[in-house]
Amino acid sequence: MKFLASIGAASLGLFGAIGRVVIFAVQTLGHMIRPPFYLRELALSLLNIGWLSLPVVGLTAFFTGGALALQIYAGGARFNAEAVVPQIVAIGMVRELGPVLVGLMIAARVTSSIAAEIATMKVTEQIDALVTLSTHPMKYLTVPRVLAATLVVPLLVAIGDIIGIFGGYGVATGTLEFNSAAYIRNTVDFLEFRDVVSSLVKGGVFGFIAALMGCYYGMNSGRGAQGVGRATKGSVEAAAVLILAANFVLTGVFFSL
Amino acid sequence: MITLSNVKKSFGNNHVLRGVDLDVARGSSMVIIGGSGTGKSITIKSVLGLIPPDSGTITVDGTDVTKADRDAFLARFGMLFQGAALFDSLPVWQNVAFRLLRGSLKKPKAQAREIAIEKLRRVGLTPDVADRLPAELSGGMQKRVGLARAIAADPEIIFFDEPTTGLDPIMAGVINDLIREIVVEMGATAVTITHDMTSVRAIADNVAMLHNGIIQWTGPVADIDTATDPYLSQFIHGRAEGPIEAVR
Repeated sequence: MKFLASIGAASLGLFGAIGRVVIFAVQTLGHMIRPPFYLRELALSLLNIGWLSLPVVGLTAFFTGGALALQIYAGGARFNAEAVVPQIVAIGMVRELGPVLVGLMIAARVTSSIAAEIATMKVTEQIDALVTLSTHPMKYLTVPRVLAATLVVPLLVAIGDIIGIFGGYGVATGTLEFNSAAYIRNTVDFLEFRDVVSSLVKGGVFGFIAALMGCYYGMNSGRGAQGVGRATKGSVEAAAVLILAANFVLTGVFFSL
Repeated sequence: MITLSNVKKSFGNNHVLRGVDLDVARGSSMVIIGGSGTGKSITIKSVLGLIPPDSGTITVDGTDVTKADRDAFLARFGMLFQGAALFDSLPVWQNVAFRLLRGSLKKPKAQAREIAIEKLRRVGLTPDVADRLPAELSGGMQKRVGLARAIAADPEIIFFDEPTTGLDPIMAGVINDLIREIVVEMGATAVTITHDMTSVRAIADNVAMLHNGIIQWTGPVADIDTATDPYLSQFIHGRAEGPIEAVR
């Protein structure tokens, strides 16, 4: 009986948490379309989430593209299919690895930073101070971050895709003796419009999830340093899991229908 | 006038406010005293709507705070938080002028900066502080900046949450004097919560003692030394023995 009760309690807890996140997301979207709009905060968030994430996104994509080329070449050699390196690197980066790795890097870099910042603001009463200064915390803190991430992560994904493909290109032409012009032609010819669209849509969804989780956990953080630590850890875990789950769903939507 | 009638607030089984009744006259300085964890902060946060009470009514000039237009209502208030609660990412002058840079009280940037510098000067800070970040300031300076922010938009009502906590006695004295001067000069209604008796004597017109979730005693500051209320007497004399249980 106790076992059943614990399953029931856990289920209620899980559904309660999902419900709270959904309500938070709906409230965020509601505030996004109602003034006032804090454009300076939006610009700062675009800079923080987009521009300052470029190095980590670029390096991640470059090394992943390079490793992917090596793996495909080595794997393809087992059945004389070494020549497919450009096509598989392109499709692998654009459809899956680009958006997912960029999403996860954003979860690590941006979600954690948003959660820690907002949670610290909460425990030091800065959120209360915002309210007393007639400023809605969701409009001032959540909306700019979520909107910026939703807008800028697709761009980061596009850049990551390109750098990843060039990582593969560098390895293939530098060490695997692929012809440079043929590699680029094969890549361009093989990619479809749908591949690129799916990559960008995934980027937008992952950006939304990453920033939303950072804000949600930050706003709901517990007291003290431990509360901030828990909020940060929880936000990254939730963002990473939701990004991977959303990737599965979106891949199904784009490529199984 | 601020009136709290039978205000109750619980967190689970922890009944923090059990029926607070309090009147703060317009233009007066009320200081709420009481031990740590007695609900002093919850009381003023209830007035501001930061923590909604479970029951009871709170009115400001006869208007129920839950029914007032939120922006117009909050525009009447200024608040100095215990840890100053300055926004780390903004320079000092933008903290002070926060309300003047956005919302219904928005002013041109240059004018807002001018007002911020004037308010900083009013709390004893030089204009060179204006472009520093809060993290570059000492605790006393942060409190002054918080005070400047609280008075930036010339509010009618100012709340001070533990204004001297964490400060050395001299800086605490400076902040107490500043609060008193500013409140008198602006003619504002002030509500201060503290357990620092020096602050009480420096700031208060009236005192309310909060204990066990209710106001145990209230009256003019001149009466606190002669009052016979055992809770008040124990608190102001800092005695371990008495009706207030002291955990050793």
